[in-house]
Amino acid sequence: MKFTLSWLKDHLETDASLDEIVDRLTMIGLEVEAVDDKAALKPFVIARVLTAQKHPEADRLQVLTVDAGPNVNGGRPVQVVCGAPNARAGLIGAFATPGTYVPGIDVTLSVGKIRGVESHGMMCSERELQLSDEHTGIIDLPADAPVGTPFAAYAHLDDPVIEINLTPNRPDAASVYGIARDLAAAGLGRLVNGHVGAVPGTGETPVKVVIEAPELCPGFALRLVRGVKNGPSPKWLQQRLIAIGQRPINALVDITNYVTFDRGRPLHVYDAKKVAGDLVVRRARDGETVLALNEREYALTPDMCVIADANGADSIAGVMGGERTGSDEGTTDVLIESALWEPLNIARTGRTLGIVTDARYRFERGVDPEFMVPGLELATKLVLELCGGEPTRIEVAGYAGYTPRIVAFPVAEVKRLTGLDVPAQTSLDILSRLGFTPKGSGATVDVAVPSWRPDVEGKADLVEEVMRIHGVEKIAPQPLPSFGAVNGRILTTLQVRTRNAKRALAVRGMMEAVTWSFIPEAHAKLFGGGQPELKLANPIAADMSDMRPSLLPGLIAAAQRNADRGFSDVALFEVSGTYEGDTPEAQRRVAAGVRRGTARADGQGRHWAGNAAAVGVFDAKADALAALEACGAPVDKLTIEAGGPAWYHPGRSGTIRLGPKAVLGTFGEFHPKTLEALDASGPLCGFEVFVDAIPEPKAKPTRTKPRLDLSPFQQVKRDFAFVVDRAVEAGALTRAAAAADRKLITGVRVFDVFEGASVGSGNKSIAIEVAIQPVERTLTDEDFEALATRIVDNVAKQTGGTLRS
Amino acid sequence: MSELDTLEKTLMAEIASAGDEAAIEAVRVSALGKKGSISERLKTLGAMSPEERQTAGPAINGLKNRVTEALTARRAELRDVAIQARLAAERLDVTLPVRQAPAERGRIHPISQVTDEIAAIFGDLGFSIAEGPDIETDHYNFTALNFPEGHPAREMHDTFFFNPKGDGLPPRLLRTHTSPVQIRTMEAQKPPIRIVIPGKTYRQDSDATHSPMFHQLEGLVIDRTANVANMKWVLSEFCKAFFEVPNVNMRFRPSFFPFTGPGLEVDIQCDRSRPGEVRFGEGSDWMEILGCGMVHPNVLRFGGLDPDEYQGFAWGMGIDRIAMLKYGMPDLRAFFDADVRWLSHYGFRPLDLPTLFGGLSS
Repeated sequence: MKFTLSWLKDHLETDASLDEIVDRLTMIGLEVEAVDDKAALKPFVIARVLTAQKHPEADRLQVLTVDAGPNVNGGRPVQVVCGAPNARAGLIGAFATPGTYVPGIDVTLSVGKIRGVESHGMMCSERELQLSDEHTGIIDLPADAPVGTPFAAYAHLDDPVIEINLTPNRPDAASVYGIARDLAAAGLGRLVNGHVGAVPGTGETPVKVVIEAPELCPGFALRLVRGVKNGPSPKWLQQRLIAIGQRPINALVDITNYVTFDRGRPLHVYDAKKVAGDLVVRRARDGETVLALNEREYALTPDMCVIADANGADSIAGVMGGERTGSDEGTTDVLIESALWEPLNIARTGRTLGIVTDARYRFERGVDPEFMVPGLELATKLVLELCGGEPTRIEVAGYAGYTPRIVAFPVAEVKRLTGLDVPAQTSLDILSRLGFTPKGSGATVDVAVPSWRPDVEGKADLVEEVMRIHGVEKIAPQPLPSFGAVNGRILTTLQVRTRNAKRALAVRGMMEAVTWSFIPEAHAKLFGGGQPELKLANPIAADMSDMRPSLLPGLIAAAQRNADRGFSDVALFEVSGTYEGDTPEAQRRVAAGVRRGTARADGQGRHWAGNAAAVGVFDAKADALAALEACGAPVDKLTIEAGGPAWYHPGRSGTIRLGPKAVLGTFGEFHPKTLEALDASGPLCGFEVFVDAIPEPKAKPTRTKPRLDLSPFQQVKRDFAFVVDRAVEAGALTRAAAAADRKLITGVRVFDVFEGASVGSGNKSIAIEVAIQPVERTLTDEDFEALATRIVDNVAKQTGGTLRS
Repeated sequence: MSELDTLEKTLMAEIASAGDEAAIEAVRVSALGKKGSISERLKTLGAMSPEERQTAGPAINGLKNRVTEALTARRAELRDVAIQARLAAERLDVTLPVRQAPAERGRIHPISQVTDEIAAIFGDLGFSIAEGPDIETDHYNFTALNFPEGHPAREMHDTFFFNPKGDGLPPRLLRTHTSPVQIRTMEAQKPPIRIVIPGKTYRQDSDATHSPMFHQLEGLVIDRTANVANMKWVLSEFCKAFFEVPNVNMRFRPSFFPFTGPGLEVDIQCDRSRPGEVRFGEGSDWMEILGCGMVHPNVLRFGGLDPDEYQGFAWGMGIDRIAMLKYGMPDLRAFFDADVRWLSHYGFRPLDLPTLFGGLSS
């Protein structure tokens, strides 16, 4: 919402400075977004062309001498080269000295030499001063324009423009008058009486209004003015409209725009001679089209409201008038409409059709119903003043009048909700100044809400009114009462795990990425997603269309982006949400990571002590287990199963399980087809850990750790090498060895895996080191012999392996 | 010269010339071994008369002791020489670079770090951390937050919608703010409520300061007395603690959010005269930093609370935005690009844990 200072002062008698007004506006909730104090136009002075001669070197240029008054060039004439065809001796216009910034051409002038002749300034066109698009010649002022004085002041262009960022709850402040009312209530001046007297009319309005859709149109006022003379509106009106960014059209249209901004009352004018029969307010028919004033055709639906005449639908009610009946320079009889429209319907219609107008802006927020008729009177008054004519009597249809909402207002609510100690009478005075009508004087006062404040529904809204006018800055901060105790743990288990997983993975040399929750459809499908309920109806870009089923595609793409920038060894992780469905429960918490190139935990790239090898499945497995460990998963109870989801290399991937059902994670190198589909290249490995699938730890009554029993006897290590079938998993072999004696064997570690002719084709050798911890006595050679036999037998039974000879 | 003197001279010369352990041992055996020259002479003592023994005994034993000492000393000398030689041979170029520890290389994203900083501050004020889903219903994101259906305020949100499912319900959407968790919290627990809610939020918007995905921090306090004065205190304490400055000047000005009444926006005084840097507590600029207000009575009702019994306040601010202000990242879009150069520069070391006792940032 834009307005000028002088316009505001039409409604507000005040001595306040521009700065005071601007500060106050912001502090009462009408946030000032921009102030244009018109400083840019200050340097331009009125100057007279003394002489004009043809440029010696150019046909279209003239060399002028200009008198710009005593303050320019010590009052001596200034030489200026000018290309305007209307430049002539005696012309009075707007002059800019070197050093002046000319907004219309975005140039700061300097002394120039044009075809060998020096030019010490510029005589400006309207376009150069951004006053209009006019650029056929320089500004040509009347002969009595005072040479040497500021042009802006002479042309009334020094009126500061204030722009307010209006919140959607305040339709009353979508008018200069409403803003003045708020400022007056805040003590910044006196509101000028805005009462509009009736303009008597003669005779009935011949065009009747039939409201067939009363649910969409709670009121409609219409009047005919015969014998008007339309044409350009007067300068003051045009200037006000231009100042706030409106384009003057003709007097009749300009009047409707003026009243829209001045009083927040949108109007519409019809050329009465183009209207056939009565006006009918009805729902549009399916498929009905209207050619609107912007010369575009709109296809309407029965959800939308139109104003039709005998020739069919004409205007889109409350949004935009129709081209067919629009007024123009030839209009002599004008119908002026001032109507009320159902706000939500206007909002929906405007949104569906994509039409943004000042009328829609106000109607969808709610215009003052009680100003429907006064608004029409005001418009009539202006039409008579500017265009002449004879008005008929106003025809009003459908309007039931305004019954004020009464809010029971416990005055103490101000203190309860804000902490402000405002005397009751002060609160009520503030409300009265804003147009509310308090009744009574007890602890609870009935307050009638004025017709222009549809946003005020309850007592909290009245508190807000008192607070903002009295001054938010007067509320002194008060500490929140302490609970009187040390705060306990404030994070949920899932939050703690998320945090720990992030720190653990970063400690492993990975960098935390935050990637988009939405990914391309093809990527989503590749990773098991792409369900219709996870597809955005209005994605911001085609490749951000589907909620991700996995963090991996985003991370792989990110790793590849880095590689494309020359950083081929990258390790990235993310701990965030994935989406299996559109319910809250279907949002998972996953820790995932990828490593590319040689970005291994223990170092990357070439090094004098040995180059890092390419990343592989075991890097991913180590990351996954580290993340699980950090999340508090029972690491010793996890089982690793060969193979994983289809996006991994089938022979170089694994699944981490807890018990037969729960899958806690997957890891592996990626399937070449996955990388191809993602436009990525390897070596690339990755993992996912399902943080929310890890069982909640059992609540324990104390934090005591289990008792530690240390054996006094020496630990002994024994090595075994087994030849097994190539398909036998090391995990099965170590499990079999460990099971030989669960009490004595405290660890089994694979220290060598070998395939070759010496162990037979199709076979491999797995060498293990078994840690044996005697607990009751030192073991004898016979004890070790027996244990070794049990180990060998158990391995043979479980895996078919034989001791390598 | 006696025969013993001659022997001593010979042995001492042999010891001195022994070049290694083996040569020393050979000398030792030749002198002190079973059949060694000194051992042989010691054996002769038994056959001597007491008088002879009185002079020969100390002479031979003295020789034995001196040779033994000489052997030990020479051994030590040789070991030192050997160690010196080994050490010289083992010399390395210590200026060669070592491998960087993974913990030095790893980084925590600024969003995670700042979220931890926020948790540290609000934990101290008695708040808990709540969360909610990204995919929301129209009810939680709008209706229950007092956005009437079709109200223009909904349009301020540039919502991402999912396709309608044909169940007659409004389509699901990506939450446009973390405020739906206000309702979910009220449904799940009774006052007093003090929670903050960090999380992802989504709007159809993209430029240097807007991203279609961003992070918000919601705060909610509900009890029987919480008012605007308390809210001002909480928010100014937070800003001081978060930006790690002794003072902040904040300007609360009335504004509008459908789910608050009264609603306010908060500007923070700052100095932006240095490029790329914002200083708080000084300067003449006002920068908008958050929106807040008393929880609207309708929202309390939707959350199952009686607005005449309970009251409270809420606020929302951009986590990415306050991270940018504190740490000086110029462009929000880079937060989501995973460029390792950016992460390495703006990210945090994994063991930089924000705490109040040790300072939020180091």
